[in-house]
Amino acid sequence: MDWQGQKLSEQLMQILLVLFATVAFVTGYLMGSFQIMLFIYAAGVILTTLITVPNWPFFNRHPLQWLDPIEAEHYPKPQPVASKKKPTKQYQK
Amino acid sequence: MHSVLYRLNTLITLAGFLLAVMCSLASFTDTFHVPSVTAHAEVLKVNRFRKQLTGNDEVSLTLNVSMNLRSTFTWNTKQVFVFVAAEYETAKNSLNQVSLWDHIIQDKGHAKLEAQITNKYPFIDQGSHLRGKKIQLVLHWYIMPKTGKTIEDKMVISDFRLPQVYT
Repeated sequence: MDWQGQKLSEQLMQILLVLFATVAFVTGYLMGSFQIMLFIYAAGVILTTLITVPNWPFFNRHPLQWLDPIEAEHYPKPQPVASKKKPTKQYQK
Repeated sequence: MHSVLYRLNTLITLAGFLLAVMCSLASFTDTFHVPSVTAHAEVLKVNRFRKQLTGNDEVSLTLNVSMNLRSTFTWNTKQVFVFVAAEYETAKNSLNQVSLWDHIIQDKGHAKLEAQITNKYPFIDQGSHLRGKKIQLVLHWYIMPKTGKTIEDKMVISDFRLPQVYT
């Protein structure tokens, strides 16, 4: 899952869960049934799990664009400057 | 959020938190509910009134009780526990409570009761103070919700005076 996908997944999860909780509570209260509230919420949680937990293809629409290797050669890795004062034991053979 | 387990963990945490919020709100809706209970009792007969060998007074009563607790039921009510207590005052204790009968009401359909009962539990005083004593029959009810705290309330359903002599 790419970065955009992770953001989308988290936002979807939060919105869906809050939405299902609200719908479940209001429906349960209006129908006067605690059980209906729990069933609606449980169904909502399962649905949200199925939507946001597996790595679906639509979470991978923005793959990371890595730099080309040529681009990296233009900016070589900085080399450590050798210290003149105390040569380390490795070089004292 | 990069792996399945991370996402599952986040989801379960948020879902559990929201469930707790929903349960709290359900309990909160009960605070706006004011039940109007009607109940009445009548002492039909004092079956037995004697002093036990241990010196404690013992009474057996037959009562007619009627009660309507339908209004105590809300969407968040699991069951209602009711009991009838005999309450009286003695020189030593300002309140003596003896439970005479109890019942668990599981649903609204069974919340309206009319019955002739004898005391289910023995009515025994601590000592012998019951002759000519003014007794109050009090109906206590405990509304046990599915979530939240138990709501308790009571009402006086009958006043009577025990006879001056043992039977």
